[in-house]
Amino acid sequence: MFAKKTIVSSVVLALGLPCAAQAASDADLAQIRGEIQQMRQAYEARIAGLEARLQQAEAEVKQVGGKADSAADQAREATAAAAQAAPKGGDVGAFNPGVSLILSGIYSNLSQDPAGYRITGFHLPNNVLDDIRPRRGFSLAESELGIYANIDPSFYGGLNFSIHSDDTVSAEEAFVQTTSLPQGLTLKAGRFFSGIGYLNEQHAHTWDFIDAPLAYQAFLGGQVNNDGVQLRWLAPTDLFVEVGAELGRGANFPGTDRDKNGAGAGAIFAHLGGDVGESNSWRAGLSLLTTSPQGRQWDDVDAAGAGVTNSFSGNSRLWVADAVWKWAPNGNPYSTNFKLQGEYLRRTEDGSLVFDTAGAAAPGSYAATQSGWYVQGVYQFAPYWRAGVRTERLDAGSVDYGANNVNLLRPDYAPTRNAFMVDYNPSEFSRIRLQLAQDKSRQGVIDNQVFLQYQMSLGAHGAHKF
Amino acid sequence: MLKRILKLLLAPALGLIALPACAALNILACEPEWGALAQELGGDKVSVYNATNAMQDVHHIQAKPSLLARARNADMVVCTGSQLEIGWLPILLQQAGNPKIQAGQPGNFEATRYVRMLEVPSSVDRSLGDVHPGGNPHIQTDPRNIALVADALAKRLAEVDPANGAYYQGSYKAFAGRWQAALQKWEKEAAPLRGVAVVVHHKAFTYLENWLGLREVAALEPKPGVEPTSGHLAEVLAQLQRQPARMAIRGAYNDPRAAEWLAARANIPVVVVPFTVGGSERAKDLFGLYDDTVQKLLVAGSR
Repeated sequence: MFAKKTIVSSVVLALGLPCAAQAASDADLAQIRGEIQQMRQAYEARIAGLEARLQQAEAEVKQVGGKADSAADQAREATAAAAQAAPKGGDVGAFNPGVSLILSGIYSNLSQDPAGYRITGFHLPNNVLDDIRPRRGFSLAESELGIYANIDPSFYGGLNFSIHSDDTVSAEEAFVQTTSLPQGLTLKAGRFFSGIGYLNEQHAHTWDFIDAPLAYQAFLGGQVNNDGVQLRWLAPTDLFVEVGAELGRGANFPGTDRDKNGAGAGAIFAHLGGDVGESNSWRAGLSLLTTSPQGRQWDDVDAAGAGVTNSFSGNSRLWVADAVWKWAPNGNPYSTNFKLQGEYLRRTEDGSLVFDTAGAAAPGSYAATQSGWYVQGVYQFAPYWRAGVRTERLDAGSVDYGANNVNLLRPDYAPTRNAFMVDYNPSEFSRIRLQLAQDKSRQGVIDNQVFLQYQMSLGAHGAHKF
Repeated sequence: MLKRILKLLLAPALGLIALPACAALNILACEPEWGALAQELGGDKVSVYNATNAMQDVHHIQAKPSLLARARNADMVVCTGSQLEIGWLPILLQQAGNPKIQAGQPGNFEATRYVRMLEVPSSVDRSLGDVHPGGNPHIQTDPRNIALVADALAKRLAEVDPANGAYYQGSYKAFAGRWQAALQKWEKEAAPLRGVAVVVHHKAFTYLENWLGLREVAALEPKPGVEPTSGHLAEVLAQLQRQPARMAIRGAYNDPRAAEWLAARANIPVVVVPFTVGGSERAKDLFGLYDDTVQKLLVAGSR
């Protein structure tokens, strides 16, 4: 159990203005507790006696045929009924565990062949490119099966399978977390989406656009999860103040898998939030994700125009600043509401780079600072109908290949993308969305994109994060 | 072991910002009616924060940061239950790091456990709309339910905060006396409403109808939680030609357009009932809530 005494004494020490009860010695406390216990027992005995007498009196009134007024009668009936109904509780028919299935499919029309898709100036491994590359025609979008429940009075846990369009299945999340640690603490272990940024922790089906922002694709491979542990702490203030830290395997981009003791990734994050009047609420945060990739490989084109594979080993630090503002008249988002969100990501990497691992294998140093941001606004203009715009930009920043500066190009290009979406939500459980986008991720290529997507959920009623 | 080290390390840090332990009992009420009731029973022994207001649809609330902060500091949550808060309360409980308010703890109070539930569905299917498996959760539209919940809540307050147990019991006795007197007054006043046919926006007034003997002939929502469509409104209008109703009832938080459209064509008044404390000028507390509800229904009924 949590050392209550430690806390009490630290409160006393810290505040210097202890409550009388806390200042009392243990012996005093024990004595007071004993007295209270005696008083309680005495009162309980007396109350029990009174209740018995009351019941007896009521029974007598009924026998005599005394007719109470209708309201009192009905109230008594209701009480009796309630006593019967009570054990059933409010969760009749509810699933245990809660099973929820997300079904999603997409039709895409792209003006450019996605085969050569890349983000100019940003080095992404092939498996990441495969994940973020759009597909033409019909395809299954991310469909998910999630099973979540309270495990016991101390723990909550769950698993989320994601079925991808290429027929592979992956476990996006599989974690347990505490619900019974005191003082605003929550400890989570397993595989989970990192708490960095705003969008990263949310499941893709709750996003307002079909794809992740460019900056998320370039720096996180879309969305980053981790095998590890996370500790969060909520401050005891009316202003929402949350801080958290994570340690994990760091196997996913921007990290690489490793066979070592210790942690391959670490993260810290802090969030602030609150309300402004009845109609506005907000949250802002700052996060840092550090990984130490070893031999992270990607395909590139060298200064002579030949295809090469390069490899990076070193340290990667990603800062994320995020903010979201939501408005709804009187806090009732049902008919109309507006949501404005934006994030800025900045990554610094340094270490060593091997140029053309299959050929020259020329070693050199590597240092790069790159950044990107997006801003989006989504407006619900009528029940069921929402429209939104998103604009985003990446900055290739400064990249220093050291000895390999002669071998590799450093294109002076800022990838951008603009998107518009409108969606129709016949209920909380279904959504049909149209998204139009102009994607300039690749230098010299303009991809005009049209997406049509459905997204439905069935099973347990999901509760979504802010 | 790790946990213990962590605790030892964290305890002094927590102490720096922990609030004095002798403050009033912190109550997070999911809806204003339970906030008002907790205030009636708790007086200055409690500090109440309402998670929602009367202009909000409690089905559609987000687990916003301000609510998380309140949940973290709450000694008790007082909610309706029966899955009314299913879209947001579970998130608050999971993320608050507060063992006192978890399901099954004394600090987690669900009002629907203490009243007789109406419209408990025999089967649950989403094609029927937003149906609550535990029954219709809008129990606060019948003041007799308030009396039942008050009794249970007073006992629960005494369990959570035994030091003030006698106080809660005392204020419950006083409240129950005043409530019974008010109930008799309302029932006497509302006698002419018995058997009156009404149209409702959402199936949120089942308990009110049951109390006053109102007869619900149609709902503007084609299915619970589904926005009124022009097709359905036309059907309701046609139905009213054959089977007239005296008024259209909606809650303060409902979009006014559907009820106004229908009322203008069927030539019946729209009654905007406060639905909960704060839903109208007069509904400042629980007594005002039913004073105003009964008065508004009577005015419309006498037209």
